[in-house]
Amino acid sequence: MTNMFQFWAGIFPKLFGGLIVSLELTALSLLIGLPLGLLLALGVSSRFKPLSWLSIALVEIGRGAPALVVLYVVYFGLPALHWSPTAFLCAVIGLTYTTAAYAGEYLRGGLRSVNAGTIEAGQALALTNADLLRFVIIPQGLRVAIPSLMGLAIQIFQATSLTYSITVSELTANAYSISNQTFRALETFALAGLMYAAITIPASWVTRQVERRMSLGQ
Amino acid sequence: MTQLTSDKPAEEVSVGGSAPIILAIPYTLMVTVGAFLIGFVIAIPLMFMRGSKFVPFRLVAQGFIDIARGIPPIVWLFFIYFGLPGIGVLLDPLEAAIIGLGIISAGYLAEIFRGGLVAVHKGQFEASHALGLGGWTMFTKVIAPQALRAMLPGLATYFIGLVKDSSIASVIGVTEMVFAASTYARRSPEGILLFFIAAIVYMALSIPMGLAARGMEARMRKAGAR
Repeated sequence: MTNMFQFWAGIFPKLFGGLIVSLELTALSLLIGLPLGLLLALGVSSRFKPLSWLSIALVEIGRGAPALVVLYVVYFGLPALHWSPTAFLCAVIGLTYTTAAYAGEYLRGGLRSVNAGTIEAGQALALTNADLLRFVIIPQGLRVAIPSLMGLAIQIFQATSLTYSITVSELTANAYSISNQTFRALETFALAGLMYAAITIPASWVTRQVERRMSLGQ
Repeated sequence: MTQLTSDKPAEEVSVGGSAPIILAIPYTLMVTVGAFLIGFVIAIPLMFMRGSKFVPFRLVAQGFIDIARGIPPIVWLFFIYFGLPGIGVLLDPLEAAIIGLGIISAGYLAEIFRGGLVAVHKGQFEASHALGLGGWTMFTKVIAPQALRAMLPGLATYFIGLVKDSSIASVIGVTEMVFAASTYARRSPEGILLFFIAAIVYMALSIPMGLAARGMEARMRKAGAR
């Protein structure tokens, strides 16, 4: 047991470095993916049919294809288009697309849930369509979508582990290389797993609390 | 494990040459169905433990559920496939993938089951007691059918998600669809097409499942309303 803790202490710095990369990937994907998701949600609801169809297709493909496939398509596909970004950038592009597709669906659900009465009230106050969207529909819709979006953040954090397969040095990749060097896979992956759990379990707990509070408010 | 794809020449790859993907579909389905069944069987006692009045049971079940769901599937698979041999448990990639995803499924399914049970009105339990029904009869004839109706959308969504998650089995060498596609993609630029074919097959598998589940849900709702 002491031996295991000593081993863990030795490998912790490298795993922690990987965890930081995983968190960076998550933050960047959310930062870029959530606004894109909002655009997709508005696109799906657009009256301009071609835009609506394109948005629906992007959302459905992003949710229907496994995140691993999306990452591989970016990683192997972009060089075929004569652009070879770094593995990290490929990971950000792939995860951002997955984020945007799911966020698009959650936000669309949120926007649709906005009470027709408040929209009519906004119209009665002579708000323009843009102001109605900005001050009435988006703030209310966003509020409904928040628990799902928090769940999505956890899902994307877990999905960063997939970027190991396109050679990004995140937590799983670092654990993999340590286990190859030390031949102590059991302890290495156990510690890596605990490090993921140390983020996801509290985050899920907070999400559940927010969800509960939201459902009480309705 | 038989390798379905790796010894074929890359020149065969084209949009029409989707044989590796087609041959890999059974592995995708084996991983999905196997993991779902394992998860289903473990989730039943977990659900009862989670709702138990005996605190240690509740804590163990909650701990299992949190850990199962909190660790990414790829880490579970590496832990089982690369880690367990360290204590003498040797599994082939397919077994490791089914067990790993099965553990995760147990965590998710236990929560779905619990949600279904909570959705059954308390009065149904009281009415069953008033009618003098035994515990087993009450559960199988009164509670389970109603709980099943409530949990069906969650079960269907989870199963469809699991079809996609089975792609992760490729990282430990299970020759499912993504493994087949990535084997070619690494060898030839046209191999990228196989990912698109794989994505289409995933959607072709999940869309009818979603529709079937929606149909079944509607039928059950109608049967319940009668």
